[in-house]
Amino acid sequence: MPQAASALSRADVEDFLFAEAALLDEWRLDEWLALFTEDATYSVPSTDSPESEPSDTLFLIADDAGRLRSRVEQLLGKTTWSESPHARTRRLLANVRIRRTDGARIWVTSNFVVYRMRSNQTAAYVGRYEHVLERGEKGLRIQSRRAILDLESLRDVGKVSFIL
Amino acid sequence: MSHVDDDIQSGLFRVHRQAFLDPDVLAEERARIFERCWIYLGHESEVAEAGAFQVRELGVRKIVFVRGRDGVVRALLNSCTHRGAEVCRERRGNANSFQCFYHGWTFSNEGRLIGVPGEEAYGTGFSRAQLALREAPRLEQYRGFWFVSFDPEIAPLADYLGGAAEYLDLVADQSELGMEIVGGAQSYAINANWKLLVENSYDGYHAQIAHARYMKYLASSGAVGLPEGRKWNSVRDLGNGHACIEYTAPWGRPIAHWVPAFGESAAPEIAEIRAKLEARLGPERAHRIATTSRNLGIFPNLVINDIMAITIRTFHPLAPGRMNVEAWSLAPRGEPPEHRRHRLENFLTFLGPGGFATPDDIEALESCQRGYASTPREWNDISRDTGAAEPPITGEHQMRTFWRRWQSLLAPNVTSLREGRRAAGR
Repeated sequence: MPQAASALSRADVEDFLFAEAALLDEWRLDEWLALFTEDATYSVPSTDSPESEPSDTLFLIADDAGRLRSRVEQLLGKTTWSESPHARTRRLLANVRIRRTDGARIWVTSNFVVYRMRSNQTAAYVGRYEHVLERGEKGLRIQSRRAILDLESLRDVGKVSFIL
Repeated sequence: MSHVDDDIQSGLFRVHRQAFLDPDVLAEERARIFERCWIYLGHESEVAEAGAFQVRELGVRKIVFVRGRDGVVRALLNSCTHRGAEVCRERRGNANSFQCFYHGWTFSNEGRLIGVPGEEAYGTGFSRAQLALREAPRLEQYRGFWFVSFDPEIAPLADYLGGAAEYLDLVADQSELGMEIVGGAQSYAINANWKLLVENSYDGYHAQIAHARYMKYLASSGAVGLPEGRKWNSVRDLGNGHACIEYTAPWGRPIAHWVPAFGESAAPEIAEIRAKLEARLGPERAHRIATTSRNLGIFPNLVINDIMAITIRTFHPLAPGRMNVEAWSLAPRGEPPEHRRHRLENFLTFLGPGGFATPDDIEALESCQRGYASTPREWNDISRDTGAAEPPITGEHQMRTFWRRWQSLLAPNVTSLREGRRAAGR
């Protein structure tokens, strides 16, 4: 068994997730994207189907690595009107748990509240993250990142125009 | 006053911004439009088995869209006939009966009252038969699309749909096995008047600017050309306020136009779907279904956009400046899993509150609504291509079709025509 994964503590994982959240809140999206592996995915299920897969269920977001790169590029560009000027966001992460390790892979769940402030409105996105992390030569990388909303619908928040 | 200013001679068409702001207009819309038209309820695939139900919010009303054990589809109002509590408290599922949790009255999935605790306490005037769950006065379907109306006297659905039926056929004909709603509903709200989403859903003028980032993404994903064959660019007034734009677009279509973003491995599959369509429907109709994109608006609040995927979208006003939106993905039943995956990925590139386009539409609509607050006495100009014999999709003929119907229902005695106003000496 590779000792790398087994040696990882929750504090190590928390440091990584907190740093990731800071990059997003600071809109350093290029640096955030660099945290992902080449085959990474980013997804947000529809609110009525939180436990499903994007291959057979309509999600809100189901990016492969190519669409994720494009999403970041779009969000950093000037014609993504819904986020230009971009919103303020603030993420609160808690209840970080390492759920499983397998070789270099680590399955991590955490709870989140992400506040988005724009046009004098505040929206609170509540849910949990499921990260699949990979430990490699450059440290931890994200292989899969799913944000599962507890909201019953998006009526209170409107849309998911930023990286949740 | 008329909120629509329709000057045919000078080619000017304007809509007053009070139409988006005035609470009295919304009250009139509820009474004269939402109570008097056919309103989309759901798709047959959502209540395929006996007992299957979905609770639908149609404005202030909650309706249980359900298939009873007798196989009949019904639209039951979600309110106990005893003292009014909601009898169905799940959003969807399968049930033999609905029991009110307040006093325990129980209704079958056909709406019949089948259980009353302590029934012996009632007198001879008490009748279970008269206490069935109330139903929407009218419920009809066309090709699996179910609609309700609260006007018992309304014309049959097929008459109401008029020319829109042809475009529903172009969707329903995509599979010999029928169509189905894919799991996962996109449920959101927009802080804008509901009619802004009507306009936006078939607005061909805004795409290049509002969706600049999507167009750039599309080009970078390898979709640069249009499908081979006839190029479409047409707008049709389908009667009763319904309109459709039909056009040839550069994006891929799961049924059935391949683009590089689908991957080389998907090309044979798309070719096979296309060949099956041709065999079943003939080359001309198959070509039209496969290569044209169609944004259909069924008056007042149903949009079926068959573009890079099929979305069904319906929306209800909560206030002049706010609406709830429900959107689904419609797909051929029995589609191979790999193809279903491509379809859903293609859907999400553009559509939905996390897509590469819809968030910018939402932004635009909310921006309009804020703009109206600053200019409540001004008019919107909807005059593009008023003079065109065959208006293009970048014009606004489709919106004028909606607005003329809207005005005629809202204020049947007020003409929107300038000429008419002059003749009446106003």
